[in-house]
Amino acid sequence: MTGPGPAAVEAVFRSSYGRAVAVLTRLLGDIDAAEEAVQDAFATALQRWPAEGVPPSPAGWIVATARNRAIDRVRRESTRDTRHRAALLLQDPGPPPEEGAVRDDRLRLLFTCCHPALAPAARVALTLRLVGGLTTAEIAHAFLVPEATTAQRIVRAKAKIRDARIPYRVPREADLPDRLGGVLAVVYLVYTEGHTASSGDRLVRTDLCAEAVRLARELAELMPDEPEVLGLLALLLLGESRRAARVSPSGELVPLAGQDRRLWDADLVAEGQDLVRRCLRRDAPGPYQVQAAIQAVHSDPPPDWRQVVALYDHLLALTPSPVVALNRAVAVAEVSGPAAGLALVDALDLPRSHLLPAVRADLLRRLGRRAEAAAAYDRALALAGNAAERAFLARRRAEVSPSDGAGA
Amino acid sequence: MAQYLLSIQQPAGDPPAPEVLGPIMRDVTRVDDEIRAAGAWVFAAALFPPATATVLRPAGDDVLVTDGPYAEGKEHVGGFTVVDVPDLDAALEWGRRLARATTLPVEVRPVAGNGV
Repeated sequence: MTGPGPAAVEAVFRSSYGRAVAVLTRLLGDIDAAEEAVQDAFATALQRWPAEGVPPSPAGWIVATARNRAIDRVRRESTRDTRHRAALLLQDPGPPPEEGAVRDDRLRLLFTCCHPALAPAARVALTLRLVGGLTTAEIAHAFLVPEATTAQRIVRAKAKIRDARIPYRVPREADLPDRLGGVLAVVYLVYTEGHTASSGDRLVRTDLCAEAVRLARELAELMPDEPEVLGLLALLLLGESRRAARVSPSGELVPLAGQDRRLWDADLVAEGQDLVRRCLRRDAPGPYQVQAAIQAVHSDPPPDWRQVVALYDHLLALTPSPVVALNRAVAVAEVSGPAAGLALVDALDLPRSHLLPAVRADLLRRLGRRAEAAAAYDRALALAGNAAERAFLARRRAEVSPSDGAGA
Repeated sequence: MAQYLLSIQQPAGDPPAPEVLGPIMRDVTRVDDEIRAAGAWVFAAALFPPATATVLRPAGDDVLVTDGPYAEGKEHVGGFTVVDVPDLDAALEWGRRLARATTLPVEVRPVAGNGV
């Protein structure tokens, strides 16, 4: 074989599956039929492209072929309902849809996948499936849930979209802030699960991080005037910039202060910081922008901890949560000393999370209260599900009480 | 257009005192008027308490009659409205207003087959 192989089709699949499904869903009025048509088109591409070469506009070719396949299919099936659909399709002679229209379709698909009437887990799975083009098996694997569970989630969510008539539409202006928040939350959830996997051996699931960044880039392209969209993208890029430095060669978590900055991705740092500056000029701060600003400060070491505390004050006002308060306490400890940080931490209640005892343990260690620090490390170790975090905590635990060994 | 059942989930126990219930009923009536004015109204009803219900069960060729309700629960359907609207977002908007007016949870459920 001399022409492009399956890898070329695969690359087009990853980059254009979502847009093709988005366009076809509008044409067919049905997500399942759209997916089927797009998959038919890719199957055809696998047959033809190796001999005929990749067409000049692969994404346009996929959409046009999917549309023709859909027409073939409804003609074959030819019930009253599908004949009506065929008529609709034929009315639209469909020159390759222009970019503006595709953009609207892609937004419609995103808002439909992230509709608040769907369960959060279903929103994540649907978005990765329909917008990201991941297979059900890939999504199941990424979240460590059985494939059957993921498949059922997706089937049920699509049935609800169809039966309850969740509209295929970008929300009206008045609902946009709320609904956009839902879309951003899905992308952020994909990233956080990838960034620090809640269980498993690896700290980072690169595939999920990359997928989240891709979704965030797509959102920023589709909604370039929404500061929170840019804020989320900046936050993810700055996080991604440190990925190589976050895990030691032995697979142990490396906290920010101990990271080798030469391992940071300078391009991602620059892009993230530039986005943060653009957000600041808009002067419409939201939680993602403030978190991105905090990460931007950390990307310019040594960080200005007073500024970090001020940003956490702001974030706490926007989204009061014990996790934000815990991070603020860490910053306060850098400005006013570990005792001041510890007083704040001890006022917090965050059951079942390893983060609070881990921070407490570190502050106690720095205060020289070794026995209490060891006990706090033990609590953190009992709660941490990720192997890289556990390795880090176990080593620190051993440092505060060498005679006890590595703890749990 | 599609029809949706908006059912009001009422907690078990005595209804609120008249001075509380009065303003609530005024608000509910206002929402009902708005649904009619928008041309979305299909049907609406408030229900007597579950203790007034009677249950019928098929048993062989017979049908058994027993005192209700069918299921005892902490909540029950206290009333409902059926609306005819273009899509779920429109149904959720009426549901949101009904929840605010009744101060109670509202379940929005699509009617199968367009209510025909």
